[in-house]
Amino acid sequence: MQFPIYLDYSSTSPCDPRVAAKMAECLTLEANFGNPASRSHKFGWKAEEAVENARKQVADLLNCDPREIVWTSGATESDNLAIKGAAHFYVKKGKHIITSKIEHKAVLDSCRQLEREGFEVTYLDPDSTGIVSPEMVAAAIRPDTTLVSLMHVNNEIGVINDIEAIGKVTREHGVIFHVDAAQSTGKLRIDMETMQVDLMSVTAHKTYGPKGIGALFVRRKPRIRLEPQMHGGGHERGMRSGTLATHQIVGMGEAFHLAMVEMEADNARILKLRNRLLEGLQDMEEVYVNGDLDHRVAANLNISFNFVEGESLMMALRNLAVSSGSACTSASLEPSYVLRAIGLNDELAHSSLRMTIGRFTTEEEIDYTIEKVKEAVGKLRDLSPLWDMFKDGVDISKVQWAAH
Amino acid sequence: MAYSEKVIDHYENPRNVGKMDDSDLNVGTGMVGAPACGDVMRLQIKVSADGVIEDAKFKTYGCGSAIASSSLLTEWVKGRSLDEATAIKNSDIAEELGLPPVKIHCSVLAEDAIKAAIADIKAKRGA
Repeated sequence: MQFPIYLDYSSTSPCDPRVAAKMAECLTLEANFGNPASRSHKFGWKAEEAVENARKQVADLLNCDPREIVWTSGATESDNLAIKGAAHFYVKKGKHIITSKIEHKAVLDSCRQLEREGFEVTYLDPDSTGIVSPEMVAAAIRPDTTLVSLMHVNNEIGVINDIEAIGKVTREHGVIFHVDAAQSTGKLRIDMETMQVDLMSVTAHKTYGPKGIGALFVRRKPRIRLEPQMHGGGHERGMRSGTLATHQIVGMGEAFHLAMVEMEADNARILKLRNRLLEGLQDMEEVYVNGDLDHRVAANLNISFNFVEGESLMMALRNLAVSSGSACTSASLEPSYVLRAIGLNDELAHSSLRMTIGRFTTEEEIDYTIEKVKEAVGKLRDLSPLWDMFKDGVDISKVQWAAH
Repeated sequence: MAYSEKVIDHYENPRNVGKMDDSDLNVGTGMVGAPACGDVMRLQIKVSADGVIEDAKFKTYGCGSAIASSSLLTEWVKGRSLDEATAIKNSDIAEELGLPPVKIHCSVLAEDAIKAAIADIKAKRGA
C-alpha cells in the first residue's frame, strides 16, 4: 500500500493515465500544439479537430448535441456563467432566483452577488436527508422567477436530487433550470434528452480528467441565452471568450469518454468498497451516516463519530487523506453549512468525516482505513469528557454550556 | 495544517489523562468550552491541605491543539501552589506549543480550565 491513502475523490481525482497520455500529445512542437481558432494553417485545423472531437465526447456523456457544450475553466466558472449570465439576460422577465442552502459556494456566492445587484433569491431548505424535492421547488416558484439552480449530487454528503422530476416542474412554469453536475459525471446517468435541464455545469477533474477545464451545457431547444461573463475574441459562440486550451480539452474529452465506457463497472466496484467501509465502521457505538444512504452516489460516505472532534480524528489518521465537516478544518471556524442545513447538531457536524472512494481505491486500502478509524475513534473517546458523560448517562444536550 | 512537534507529541502521548472523583473535597474540577464550539476541556486538580496541586488529570474533546494545551497544562500545574497555577497565562501555553494564531483559542480555553478548577476547589473549601 502507498501512504497516505487517498479517500478524497470528491475533492479531486487524479488524472487517469490514459487521459494524461492524450494530453501530452497536445503540447510540444512535434505534437498538436496549435491554436484551435487559427483558421489559416494546419496547426490550427488539427487543434480544432481535437477540440471538436472532445466536445463530442463530452456531449455523448450528457447525451446532448456537441453544439450545446461551451468550454470553461471548470464548474465554478460554469456556475457563474449560467447563473449570472441567465439572470442578467432574462432580467426583464423577472428578478427572482431559487436555489438551496446546500449548494456549492460557486452557486451561493453567484446568487449573493445577484442579490447585491437587486435580485431576490429564495434559498430552499433541503429535507433532513439532504434532498430538495420537486414539490419544494414548485412551491417556491413565483411569476417573476427566472431561474432555479440546484445541484445534481451534493459534494459533501453525496445525495442525489431528482433533476428529471424537478426539470418537469421548471419547464411547466417556463423557468430556466440550471444544474451543477460537478459531482455526478461518471457516477450517474445523465441524459439531456429526457432531463429538462437548460444549463448544466460539469468539470473534468472530478472524473479523472485535468483541473482547469470544465464545460457548460447550454440548451438549444428551447434555446437558452446568456450574457457572457468573459469578453474577448468571441470564442464559444460568444458565450466564453479565450483561447481554447487544447490539451485540457482533449483531457476532459478522454476522461468523459472513459466515464461513459466504464461507469457501470466502476460504480459496481466502488459501491462494494463503500458498503465494506460502512459495515466495517458501523459496529461502533454512536456512529451516524449523514444524508440519505439510498439516494446517494456510490463513492460517498459521510459519517459522524459522536463525541469525537473531526480535526483531532484527522490528525490521528495522517495516513488517510479524508476531509471533515469540523469547524477547525475550515478557514471560517464554522462547522459545515451543509451538515447544519440538514439539521445536524453542531457536535455531530464537528464529528464528521467525508470519505470518497474512486477508480483507484483497493479493498486492502478500505480494510486498512476501517482499522485505523476504529483505533483513532477509540483512542479519542478515551480522551473525551463527552464520552465519559454519555457513558454516565448524562444527556449532553441538556447541559448548560458556556459558549465561547 | 502543520502541527508543531510538541503538539504532535502531546497529542500522541497525552499526559495525565483521566478522571478524579468530583465528590472528593480535595478535588477541584474545571469544565470549560462547549460541544457546539468543537471543544470541551475537563481539568481536575487534587490539592493538598496547604494549597499545593499534587495531581492533575484532564480529558478533552477538541482538536489536536486543544488536547495538547490541556495535556501540557496538567504537567505544568503539578507541584505548584494555587497562586502559582493561577499565574499561568494562555500565551505561555501557546508559545511553548508553537500554536498558530488560529489556534490561540485552545490555549485560552486551557487557561480558563485551570482558573475554573481553582475556583471550584476554593468554593468547596469555603475560602
